[in-house]
Amino acid sequence: MAVATGSPAASRTRRPLTLDAIVRNVLVGLFVALMVVFILGPLLWLGVRAFAGTWTYPNLLPDDWTLRWWQVVVNDGALGIAVQNSLFFAPVTVLVSAVICLPAAYAFARFDFPGRRFFLISLFATNAFPKMGLFVTLAALFYALNLMNTVLGILVVHVLGTVVFMTWIPAAAFAAVPRNLEEAARDAGASKLRVFTSVTLPMALPGIIVAAVMSFLASFDEAQGTYLVGAPAFMTMPTQMYSLVLNYPTQVAAVFSILLAIPSVALMLAAHKHILGGQLAEGFQIK
Amino acid sequence: MTIHEPLTESSASPTNPGTPASSGGLTIRGLHKVLGGRTIIDNLDLSVKAGELVSLLGPSGCGKTTTLRMIAGFLEPDSGSIEVEGQEVSHLGAENRPSAMVFQNYALWPHMTVAKNVGFPLKLRKMSKAEIKDKVEAVLELVSLLHHKDSKPARISGGEQQRVALARALVQEPKLLLLDEPLSNLDAKLRVKVREDIRKIQQELGITTVIVTHDQEEAMSMSDRIAVMNAGKIEQYSTPEALYARPETEFVATFIGSMNRLEGTLDGGLITTGTDILGIRPEDVILADAPFAGAVPATVERVVPRGHFQEVYVRRADAQLRSFVTGEPMQPGQQTYAAIRKAMTFRDGRLVAEPGAAL
Repeated sequence: MAVATGSPAASRTRRPLTLDAIVRNVLVGLFVALMVVFILGPLLWLGVRAFAGTWTYPNLLPDDWTLRWWQVVVNDGALGIAVQNSLFFAPVTVLVSAVICLPAAYAFARFDFPGRRFFLISLFATNAFPKMGLFVTLAALFYALNLMNTVLGILVVHVLGTVVFMTWIPAAAFAAVPRNLEEAARDAGASKLRVFTSVTLPMALPGIIVAAVMSFLASFDEAQGTYLVGAPAFMTMPTQMYSLVLNYPTQVAAVFSILLAIPSVALMLAAHKHILGGQLAEGFQIK
Repeated sequence: MTIHEPLTESSASPTNPGTPASSGGLTIRGLHKVLGGRTIIDNLDLSVKAGELVSLLGPSGCGKTTTLRMIAGFLEPDSGSIEVEGQEVSHLGAENRPSAMVFQNYALWPHMTVAKNVGFPLKLRKMSKAEIKDKVEAVLELVSLLHHKDSKPARISGGEQQRVALARALVQEPKLLLLDEPLSNLDAKLRVKVREDIRKIQQELGITTVIVTHDQEEAMSMSDRIAVMNAGKIEQYSTPEALYARPETEFVATFIGSMNRLEGTLDGGLITTGTDILGIRPEDVILADAPFAGAVPATVERVVPRGHFQEVYVRRADAQLRSFVTGEPMQPGQQTYAAIRKAMTFRDGRLVAEPGAAL
């Protein structure tokens, strides 16, 4: 829609039903409908399915309701261990990844060293190849190093998957901290370390949090590598999911996916609140 | 505005109003800096007396900001010495120097409140919370911003941010206050007010101050002395009055104020051919309706209204001259009489004759 100048356009938009408006409303309606069908629909089905006893075609709702599947999941020892494993690996992965990647991110942002661009781009290598190919070669290496079926081996696989997030996003965040804010802190009498902890880090924190959330979710959802390196000694929620889908009624898988989604959703909500309600909004005036 | 106790307590700092500090101020000797194969600062000497406010004035790229950054400790000089109150500081990092800087864009930390910004330097000095609170409130009162102490920098205006930056520097009770283009981000009206505020506070605290600016009006109205810089060197270092009345070089004469730049010699009020450069301030070109001593008939060619006065271009037989006129508006084409009251003579860019009366 080409709105040219002031008053005629204004009067045109005020008129209730022009062709433009109709087309726009139809398009918006279509978009919303598609969103509902393809995003909300499956979620709704999942939610209902988790509480369904028998559900026969063509009934719109299940024939009877039950909490049996939740009992199955909660009482199944293997599943409980999977939940525990996931809740262990994801935070530890984020921690290890942060310790390794954040200094690198800072270096990428603040220092110009030979091969800087090459290293930065090469971080994408782990994401550029088909994951399974990478994991198969990794497995060969892990056998040699006795890392198969070990916590360390799984951590290596998980951390590898987060390196790109944990380096690129914080690097951009560090680079966005104006130099003279750091200089002002130096001038005020702060040591280099103090400048980092008091100015650079707090200002880059929103970016680091985003990277941490994405790494957490990446680790939480990692299945292929974990299965290859960890199964059957260490099953996490996503790897357990594979056997569930194959071995149990679909209702159990539904219950399990809901459980699997809870940490992700909680984390997203927390991050959203912190990032949009915190410094990012204050300092960068994003509302 | 009165002076507040916490700021004047320290006996080590030169902040006692009225009494100039023991010795020194700032002394720079043989400062030299080459960046990217280009000489930015060329063997620069500068001495600022205790309690004095000095401006480094010059066009962009003249090296004034580089000089300030070397004084502050953000840039290492290739050679030369920087002494603050007799203490050699050029080997010290910015965090260990007795100077405090106000940055061009204020450089306030957006994640801290105004009070936290101002208190940060004191926190680093391991002061007690109560002491920090007292000092921060005293200095915020000094810059009239106490009511904004809990605001985040993004919530206050540019002029207020600028005063917070000043407060953050003053609270350190520095031996040397450095300001990098402190007014360039403010609008014209506010600029005049803030520069008066800065000057007043500086005078009250008697703090040795160096300001970098490209705005001659700003430098003229605030400074005790001005160092006009060009191509990494100081062209002239004197009081604002002397700078205007007796510019030592043609560069300074052109940069400070405005002038009619003509080639020739002034002979009996007339410009005759010659190889010297004549500099005639517009206010030294006198216009009148009737003939008077030394006046030559002239025609008004162009009139530019400048508010408080008019800028009038007149054509005489010997030259075109520009004059500042107040009173009756003049019209292009109008016949008038123009006399040159005095002129400066430059040879090879340097002043050779004191601006004496030509009449």
